[in-house]
Amino acid sequence: MSEGIVYWLQQVLNALQLGSIYALIALGYTMVYGILTMINFAHGDVFMVGAFFCFLAAVYLGLPFVPTLLLTMLGAALLGVMIERLAYKPLRHAPRVSAIITALGVGIFLENFTLALAPYPKNIPMLLENVTWNLGGVSLSSLQLIIILLSLGLMFLLDFVVHRTPVGMAMRAISWDKTFVPLMGVPVDLIISITFAIGAGLAGAAGTMYGLAYPVIDPYMGIMVGWKAFISAVVGGIGNIRGAMIGAYILGGVEIMVAAFLPSTYRDFVAFTLLLLLLIVRPYGILGSPRIQKV
Amino acid sequence: MKSALHNGREWLAAQRWLLPVLLLAGFGLAFAIPEYNLLNKYVQLVVMYVGINIILAVSLNLVNGYMGEFSLAHAGFMAVGAYTAALLTMKVLPVVAYPALFPVAILAGGLVAALFGLIVAVPSFKTRGDYLALITLAFLMIVKSLIENIDYIGGPRGIPGIRRMTTLPWVFFWVVVTVWVVRNFVYSKYGRGVLSIREDEIASDLMSVNTRRVKFLAFTVSSFFAGIAGGLFAHLLQFISPRVFDIIKTTDILIMVYLGGIASIGGSILGAATYTVLLELLRPSTVAALLSWLPAIVFEPLNEHVIKHLGVWRMVIMPLALVLVMIFWPRGIMGLREFRWFIPKRDLEAHHRIAAREEKHGAPHGH
Repeated sequence: MSEGIVYWLQQVLNALQLGSIYALIALGYTMVYGILTMINFAHGDVFMVGAFFCFLAAVYLGLPFVPTLLLTMLGAALLGVMIERLAYKPLRHAPRVSAIITALGVGIFLENFTLALAPYPKNIPMLLENVTWNLGGVSLSSLQLIIILLSLGLMFLLDFVVHRTPVGMAMRAISWDKTFVPLMGVPVDLIISITFAIGAGLAGAAGTMYGLAYPVIDPYMGIMVGWKAFISAVVGGIGNIRGAMIGAYILGGVEIMVAAFLPSTYRDFVAFTLLLLLLIVRPYGILGSPRIQKV
Repeated sequence: MKSALHNGREWLAAQRWLLPVLLLAGFGLAFAIPEYNLLNKYVQLVVMYVGINIILAVSLNLVNGYMGEFSLAHAGFMAVGAYTAALLTMKVLPVVAYPALFPVAILAGGLVAALFGLIVAVPSFKTRGDYLALITLAFLMIVKSLIENIDYIGGPRGIPGIRRMTTLPWVFFWVVVTVWVVRNFVYSKYGRGVLSIREDEIASDLMSVNTRRVKFLAFTVSSFFAGIAGGLFAHLLQFISPRVFDIIKTTDILIMVYLGGIASIGGSILGAATYTVLLELLRPSTVAALLSWLPAIVFEPLNEHVIKHLGVWRMVIMPLALVLVMIFWPRGIMGLREFRWFIPKRDLEAHHRIAAREEKHGAPHGH
């Protein structure tokens, strides 16, 4: 293969890896938005705590990859439910902005609480033996493959849960109508908690994979990754699960391509300019539908 | 007891002549404090930061509180103002004329920021809510990223060694101007337009409110004062870099606005003051100084085991307190109320009526 194509393919692989991580986080944003129309700004920090859970499980418990991943997802899911019950539930009928500010507050709390306990950046040990294959010049590591495949698997699982199970049907029903669905006997509080648990669990999985791909973790890493995932969700059309996945891969692709062909300091600039242009052309995202305003 | 307090407040609210007197006294104090060192240097510094934060919170409240949008761009406007003013005082204006031209630099910072505000206002014609929030976030990130990529203005390293020219009288002056302009804007014809956009944009459009002009004005005024605050901030901190104006700075200002209560100038003033002072009060050195009267046998272990570690934990305590305030007090300190002195006489009667109705039927839903 010519050198140009090899370079491109390499970048596509990198983009798939980054996009997968964004997608797992973006799903949490979009699910919570779909069901509560609330932007859970603390979600990026749940991802960060997930990475620290992974560190704890790998270093202090000495667990191998699969138990570490499961434990991290479980821990993050518990954290998500706790945040929902303690901080967001009391505000469900309060003005919308109070919930947003509370979410920002929870995010700052998680960052600084982690910082207080872990003042220095941590190194996540190699949990998997990393084999690199050479496919006609394109190098593919087993870690990349696992990240991409595992994320895709989790996403298909989620898509199945949302579209094919009773719990998923209840979620979609609540996001459709909040007045009559509870009267039909749908346990709203439980379904909302499950939504948070799933979203946070996926963020925990993202934290583990991020920690394996970029091993140095610190308490502030969730801010930028979280915002990027949020952008992915909006680009895809917030509230739309398949849209969030598409948006995440687009954003991952754009970021990797910019970093590959321009000085890397332009990455954020180009990514956000593209976002701006997209929002001006399609203000409701790629898969979202425009909200009809009735007078 | 309650009625005595109530009567006292009513009496105070009626004494409107006190406002100019207090302003004059304030100006006198603002000149006297640094001149005769009435307060120690640290307290003076905190007072100036409180002032700058009041400017930021009051101006952000115009867009986020009165107009009901969720703008995240405020730190971006602040950055534009700070860089404009700092570059003017450092590179362009003649060194000899420094003190005299300082206000010109600050004003220029505000004007350039207002220009950027005009640009951000354009997408707000078509987009609302979360999507507009995202556009303003993108604006903030683009500004930060641009600054990082321009080497002439220091790139990611920023600009060190700005001369310290922000003084207490200047901060006080700009606080007064901000509150005066925003207050007059809010109670003007355009201010009604701003409120009507928050309640129902389509309806207000149909009622022949020129929503585009109103949005232009609101964004311009808001970003102008953010730029002013940025200039003052740069000449107080003496160092600016793109990292100073990131999303965390915007979050700080948002917290001040919502802590104080939306659509209330008094709320923004209280919110900014409370947040800034509380953060300072939780500093280990401040706590140690405040508790130093304790007997050594109590103070020493307390200092060793608790106070010295506050440095990290104060940023844990603060957001926790914020979440608690929001849960028990979701509308913030003022909760749509306003200092009576800021309300024009012609509006007072309607204000009383609305307050009485809310007391009877509970607050309206929505924002």
